[in-house]
Amino acid sequence: MSTIEEAPVSLHDAPSKRMNMIEAINDALDVMLTRDADVVVFGEDIGFFGGVFRATAGLQKKHGSRRVFDTPINECGIIGVAVGMGAYGLRPVPEIQFADYIYPGMDQLISEAARLRYRSAGEFIAPLTVRSPFGGGIFGGQTHSQSPEALFTHVAGLKTVIPATPYDAKGLLISAIEDNDPVIFFEPKRIYNGPFTGYYDKPVEPWARHDDSAVPEGYYNIPLGKARTVRHGEALTILAYGTMVHVVSAVCAEKGVDAEIIDLRTLVPLDIEAVEKSVQKTGKCMIVHEATRTSGFGAELSAQVQERCFYHLEAPIERVTGFDTPYPHSLEWAYFPGPVRIGEALDRILKA
Amino acid sequence: MTDIAPAHGRGNLPPLSLHVPEPKYRPGDKVDYTDLGIPPAGAQPRPDEQCAAAETHPLCLDMVRVLGEDHRAVGPWDPRLDPETLRRMLRTMALTRAFDDRMFRGQRQGKTSFYMKCTGEEATSVAPAFALADDDMVFPSYRQQGILIARGYPLTEMINQIYSNRADKLKGRQLPIMYSSRAHHFFTISGNLATQYPQAVGWAMASAIKGDTRIAASWIGEGSSAEGDFHAALTFAAVFNAPVVFNVVNNQWAISSFSGFAGAERTTFAARAIGYGIAGLRVDGNDALAVYAATQWAANRARANMGPTLIEHFTYRAEGHSTSDDPAGYRSAQEREEWPLGDPIMRLKRHLVALGEWTDEAHAEMDRELAEMVKAATKEAEKNGVLGHGLHHPFHTMFEDVFEELPAHLEEQAEQAIRERRIKWPEWEE
Repeated sequence: MSTIEEAPVSLHDAPSKRMNMIEAINDALDVMLTRDADVVVFGEDIGFFGGVFRATAGLQKKHGSRRVFDTPINECGIIGVAVGMGAYGLRPVPEIQFADYIYPGMDQLISEAARLRYRSAGEFIAPLTVRSPFGGGIFGGQTHSQSPEALFTHVAGLKTVIPATPYDAKGLLISAIEDNDPVIFFEPKRIYNGPFTGYYDKPVEPWARHDDSAVPEGYYNIPLGKARTVRHGEALTILAYGTMVHVVSAVCAEKGVDAEIIDLRTLVPLDIEAVEKSVQKTGKCMIVHEATRTSGFGAELSAQVQERCFYHLEAPIERVTGFDTPYPHSLEWAYFPGPVRIGEALDRILKA
Repeated sequence: MTDIAPAHGRGNLPPLSLHVPEPKYRPGDKVDYTDLGIPPAGAQPRPDEQCAAAETHPLCLDMVRVLGEDHRAVGPWDPRLDPETLRRMLRTMALTRAFDDRMFRGQRQGKTSFYMKCTGEEATSVAPAFALADDDMVFPSYRQQGILIARGYPLTEMINQIYSNRADKLKGRQLPIMYSSRAHHFFTISGNLATQYPQAVGWAMASAIKGDTRIAASWIGEGSSAEGDFHAALTFAAVFNAPVVFNVVNNQWAISSFSGFAGAERTTFAARAIGYGIAGLRVDGNDALAVYAATQWAANRARANMGPTLIEHFTYRAEGHSTSDDPAGYRSAQEREEWPLGDPIMRLKRHLVALGEWTDEAHAEMDRELAEMVKAATKEAEKNGVLGHGLHHPFHTMFEDVFEELPAHLEEQAEQAIRERRIKWPEWEE
């Protein structure tokens, strides 16, 4: 597959360190703050304290409070000033503390950041990267668990990136910061500390024991718009991103399903070629995301697979998603598209 | 299903009643402005530019005025501009009005879809443009064409944009008058309201982060000062002491909603500064010298690292909101006629005449010359087409600049758009 193993050859010799997602993100920010004097990092509680998830720990001390600082609790203002800083020539990397809090900044993202280049015919751009933890599984209730990625993929002019491993998190975040278009960088908070497999009643393995936690030191990037084939297989193609990459991998391992699992990594731009090639090979496609079902990104994927691979399909496309409800607190595992829901869908599609 | 007790079931408590603001005058009503409380020119103190913000707060409830009834400049806010600068400012305001008149007619003649005049408000954009440095970054709303004109942006380019023709630098993508010119330090106008305010703060913060000397200025209408963005901007500017000048153009009307719907029944718009602890000034927005002086004060203050200033320009929207609006349906025509602060161009003209530096004849001659200049620019722009007559940018440009690089799915869609064109007009060549 052309879309995998894209790590630059030179990296094979670079020293690497075991990192969890948070450490990898922190390292990417540190690398970019060091490399580019125009990079600034700001958001609620991210300065002295280092962020509620510690993603910016130590950065203010190292790079100074003019480049790494706390902000008022005002997401409209956080995104709005980021747009103005971008117009000046800075490369802002604002943090929205939880994706659930991003909505007050939506107008600044949709009507402003996403359209500056277009409406000014390239005179002004918004090279900002909005980092935000998203997704559930941490007993966050309805306001600390949502997966709103489809709201952003629907907007012309925004890129949406979701890493699933520490290695990817660092390389993709560096690419996002270097990108001259606005990027929404959603971090699956359930896997900050370890690759959660969906078995909430079993202990989570720490990242240290996972291959993809070997993160090269210093600078490297992973291009946006290139999917990663997590596992080659023949029985079906599974499209996933973020936390769900690890959940489907575990379910397939447990059930002994020879699935080809594709981690999309970026939803816009989408690596549709990788998807198309895989589905044409396996003839079956299952899409898994944690977000609500109706008009979720799975609907877009399903439509594109149908348009491009209809005559290769041997079974109806399966969509495994969260339910169309707010994220419930006490029943969060009933909402989460875990091993049972995925297993049932696998049985259906494999029997077809 | 409600478990709230019905209003009559609460003993002797009076029933609550909702206040819905209503303007004083509706069509046909006789207008009486005696209760506006316009103070005499020259009576307002001018605090030091580096004073504590609180020292300016009495001025938020007052009104800085320089040009008096006898057309003389009086008091500590007189910016003492030389006659040549005054004449240039007068000429720029008159050119803005001549431009507006011609573009309004052009819309009525079907040359474009939309236009917005700034008649009666020229001082609130032209005078600040004179007071700011040319490389200070401005984040305008949609009625500050006077800034672009003051900064020497070519009229023909403005008209190309209004016509969305093939020479339009914005490639025909934006609604008319939503200009952008990086070279003139004029930020791309959104069309969504108030979004420019926090952006101006971000630009100013960036300038401070970089140790630059340039400041930012932004404009908003009193109506859209009700938006959350306004308050986000003031909070950030106050917190980070951003070098930014906030202008609220209080022209009394937001389409058909009078200023009471943005809070004017309770206090002034300048008084918003008090709650944020930043400097605030309320100025006679039809007095170009007062506007100049207030902007200069705020700009000097920002440049001295003393932070943001909020300036309310008290003025009147003499015409409709846009070509799509007819104010005869909701306000008294007498409001404009009786407006106690007069017309900004006439007031500056009479000041120059009173100084012996200008004459009625010279003014009439200037107006003729400016009308000719606008006409010539219009003819020049029309060579590149008017809206809806085929002379637009190439089809493919519709798909460019969504992203820095054209992604595959947009290339596919571009091919489809061009194919559709060929199906409809087989002979079509671009």
